[in-house]
Amino acid sequence: MPEEIKAHITGVVFQLPTKPGDRVAAGDAVIVLESMKMEIPVEAPRAGAVKEIRVREGQTVQEGDVVAVLE
Amino acid sequence: MFRACRQLGLKTVAVFSEADRGALHVRDADEAVAIGGAPARESYLNAERILAAARHARADAIHPGYGFLSENWRFADAVHRAGLEFIGPRPEAIRKMGDKIEARRLMAAAGVPVLPGSFEPVADVGGAEAVARDVGFPVFLKAAAGGGGIGMARVDKPTDLAGAFAMATRRAQAAFGTGALYVERYLERPRHVEIQVFGDSSGQIVHLYERECSIQRRHQKLVEESPAPNLPPPSKTGLATAAVAGARAIGYTNAGTMEFLVDEGGGFYFLEMNTRLQVEHPVTEEVTGLDLVVAQLRVASGEPLPWSQSEIVQRRVAIECRVYAEDPSKGFLPSPGTVQRLDLPSGEGIRIESGVEAGSTVSVHYDSLLLKLITHGATRQEALERMVDALDRCVVEGLRTTIPFLRRVVASDEFKAGRVHTQLLEQGAFNA
Repeated sequence: MPEEIKAHITGVVFQLPTKPGDRVAAGDAVIVLESMKMEIPVEAPRAGAVKEIRVREGQTVQEGDVVAVLE
Repeated sequence: MFRACRQLGLKTVAVFSEADRGALHVRDADEAVAIGGAPARESYLNAERILAAARHARADAIHPGYGFLSENWRFADAVHRAGLEFIGPRPEAIRKMGDKIEARRLMAAAGVPVLPGSFEPVADVGGAEAVARDVGFPVFLKAAAGGGGIGMARVDKPTDLAGAFAMATRRAQAAFGTGALYVERYLERPRHVEIQVFGDSSGQIVHLYERECSIQRRHQKLVEESPAPNLPPPSKTGLATAAVAGARAIGYTNAGTMEFLVDEGGGFYFLEMNTRLQVEHPVTEEVTGLDLVVAQLRVASGEPLPWSQSEIVQRRVAIECRVYAEDPSKGFLPSPGTVQRLDLPSGEGIRIESGVEAGSTVSVHYDSLLLKLITHGATRQEALERMVDALDRCVVEGLRTTIPFLRRVVASDEFKAGRVHTQLLEQGAFNA
């Protein structure tokens, strides 16, 4: 069952430590946001494979936006 | 800053990014110049653009504020080379204190106590372990180019060292362009106490007493006060003497702050020097009745210090609470957005320094500080009562702020008793 990962804060995409196909554990950073000079990881809610990354570096995302999808 | 300039009959020029076109500081200045895009590296961190704006406005001097390029010695140097005055210390002093290892060496040589640890960068995990075994676990790994708590990691035991070293060096590399680390002994329940110093070009250096700044999150301050409560008199005197000696050793000019950790026995150790005006400078202004920014402008123009040491007296007690756009119920996560409503308290003993008003957009691109509440009183009790009241009456809607947390701090037994240390927050002393 694919699962959408949503940004929990508003920020700018700072790093993309994962790419589609990568396996992640629960709690791993799927993307890293930068907001107000802080680096905030958006973590995988469970273990799985990354199906999609829906953002690119430098993009502004709002709280609640889907940033990635797990298989 | 602009208030101080007006007081001296000086014209002001603001610079602003696209995100700040409607910002308060733009309207407060006599003139304003756009310098680029919202991301700080395109505007406020872009030295070329700032210097071009200064030339365009025919400015004589640049005040760097207390963020962005204010502790960047290359910027200070570029300002001088452009024929302008930099309102702050000489570039050489900024450079020396910006290298935290060199600062440790220089301060130790000047007789200022420093924490046991390395006086050279540690090359690798092995090097860090050798120092750590020498000074004893737990230790702190810190970034040589550090500041603001970035690239800092507490290490409790040898087996944790490799992981912590890798993370700290990566963070330091990303933030400062160098991954160099050093090791310091970790203190349990220390207080963060700092001394305001001020020097002029004739070599005269004074201190303006201490500020207690132990209430912190992510090693960044939330509450400051002066005088520091329950500071043993020998520590108070020793701190001020050490701070002046340290500043003198590097020929320091203009406003600066020597930061120390104070242990439970009253022993103190140099932490770092901030070679700029600090966010919390209003605390010292309210305590002493002196205007630090006016003094900065006078000293930068070549005048001697406006006060001798004996004229600087702690006349009152002052407390500052920092209102950030952060959510204290979620580990102080950033909370950018729009200020929908802003009701600020006013009255006797209350001073407000606000960068926002109702309708202001608080951008993801910059620091989350919205405003500072400062109260003063004849006694700590009076200043504290005024702060409790001021926080009660302070309303910020549209984004989450640190106000609920600050209310819990000033209502806590620890704070009321003036028995604070830097680990209170993580120990849950101010939990809802």
